[in-house]
Amino acid sequence: MPRPLLLLLLAAAGAMVLGVGIGSVPLAPAEVWRGLRDAGDPAGMIVRDLRVPRVLLAFLVGGGLGICGAALQALVRNPLADPYLLGLSGGAGLGAVLAIAARPASAWAVPASAFAGAVGAVALVYRLSVVSGRRLDPRVLLLSGVVVGAFAAAVMSAVIVLSDAPQLRNAFLWLLGGFSAASWRTLAVFAAYAIVPIGFLFYSARSLDLLALGDETAFHLGADVERTRRLVYLSASLLTAASVATCGIIGFVGLVVPHAVRRGWSPLHRALLPGAFVAGGAFLVLADTLARSVLRPVELPVGVVTALVGVPLFAVLLRRTVA
Amino acid sequence: MLAARDLTVRYAGAERPALDGVSLKVDPGEMVAVAGPNGSGKTTLLRALLGLVAPAHGEAAVDGRPVGDWRRDELARAVGVVTQREETVFPLRVGEAVMLGRYARLGPLAAPGPEDRAAVADALRRCNVAGLEARRVDELSGGEWQRVRVARALAQAPRALVLDEPTASLDIRHEMELFELIRSLASGGLAALVVTHQLNLASRFADRMLLLHEGRPVALGRPAEVLTQDALTRVFRWPVAIAAWSDGSPQVVPLRPGEAPAPGFSDTGARP
Repeated sequence: MPRPLLLLLLAAAGAMVLGVGIGSVPLAPAEVWRGLRDAGDPAGMIVRDLRVPRVLLAFLVGGGLGICGAALQALVRNPLADPYLLGLSGGAGLGAVLAIAARPASAWAVPASAFAGAVGAVALVYRLSVVSGRRLDPRVLLLSGVVVGAFAAAVMSAVIVLSDAPQLRNAFLWLLGGFSAASWRTLAVFAAYAIVPIGFLFYSARSLDLLALGDETAFHLGADVERTRRLVYLSASLLTAASVATCGIIGFVGLVVPHAVRRGWSPLHRALLPGAFVAGGAFLVLADTLARSVLRPVELPVGVVTALVGVPLFAVLLRRTVA
Repeated sequence: MLAARDLTVRYAGAERPALDGVSLKVDPGEMVAVAGPNGSGKTTLLRALLGLVAPAHGEAAVDGRPVGDWRRDELARAVGVVTQREETVFPLRVGEAVMLGRYARLGPLAAPGPEDRAAVADALRRCNVAGLEARRVDELSGGEWQRVRVARALAQAPRALVLDEPTASLDIRHEMELFELIRSLASGGLAALVVTHQLNLASRFADRMLLLHEGRPVALGRPAEVLTQDALTRVFRWPVAIAAWSDGSPQVVPLRPGEAPAPGFSDTGARP
């Protein structure tokens, strides 16, 4: 196994141990270990039913955002692309806010509605991008994403302003993201769904290397540019849509993590995608751990933490890149 | 190897066809240069030959088979291409960049094997960039970068090489190095097709030339048959004088308005 991947895996394992141990009831690693093995242990419930699924879900979502960011950056040939750029966050936010404003009866109504909103935005952006011809032009894709996102955000703001105060707070909290609703069930649903797009993205790794060179060069080196682009765009979008539905909009993971892995390890996607997956997962596990422990008993939205940590990190990277 | 038969390409909304009835063959071991003013259809000819645009009429074929019938990866194993421009967004190391030439010879999940590494090393050596393997491509000079791109095309292990203005913005030494490289690759058995504005180098290095004007073929043949004062004056709408170099190849010198050719240059009196 390549050394950078091994280091990232070790970091991820460390992040997970911290994530399971830290919380309103602090647990030493030995207690965590006992709780994992012994069903009757007092710490067992906290460890097995609350913290382990939460940490695993954060890892999987973070990993998904990491590879989606990396893949979309290659797709639109822009290091500033992130998984929400293509109108997804707007669509998902609108779906969620509409569901919250309607005072949902079921706990699944909000994520289902957010997912529907995100998929709707993806479909609309895709449709707009291919409308002028048969080709999927990355520049048009970016532009469509921005306008669809802006439109959805405007409608969402209108809905928020028109709804009651308690719903308003719920909507804001949801939009900022969090894993407090994590359970084995959400983990199972998300994992079962995510495995297909993640598989497609890994499968496209070598084609993404060529796409990052530009269309004509990729074409002459033997890539089926159009097919790869559609496959990657749809996989990344549907994966991001599911992660938004699961835990809201968590920014900066999909932007900062691929950037850091590209610089620290390799820009080739056979390394970058697994690297961004493990690093993104570890980053989000740590961010979630910070979110629920720094201002205890108040839990910060994890999106606030990723931005608070991500922005300075990004600034440092940017400075080094320029220098 | 590469063949165009009566090739005509029409872009939507354009008044005249971008390419109008062009026929051309490039055989293994042969270097063919395409010249002509800006907008004369040179790049369109390449794009049509490589299946990037569909002809309105006529046929583009590789190994006798219409280029549209080739799968992308199949074509990449037969023809290597160096395009006119390539912007780097995510800079790779030279060795990594050249390894991407092996894409069409590797499965989607396969790691490069010894055969691929040998092909890359060989391509780097032939293009005289072997020492640059660990350098980042955005730190190369213009001439080095062009040779690395040729190396990447060679790593495809193609039987034909197509280059679109490969020496644009290169200085004399890098220009000469690149033409020498293409010539030696062609003499080694590759079919080489080069679009270029360097009439005098095309004249000395190419076996045959094609002169295009407004999408139509003006002359096709040995450089001495194509680079005539009458044809060039008409096509470029500028006075030129022509003298023979010691190897017999015609060398073209553009004249200033009203200027007479220097002694030793032939003058048919042709003026635009």
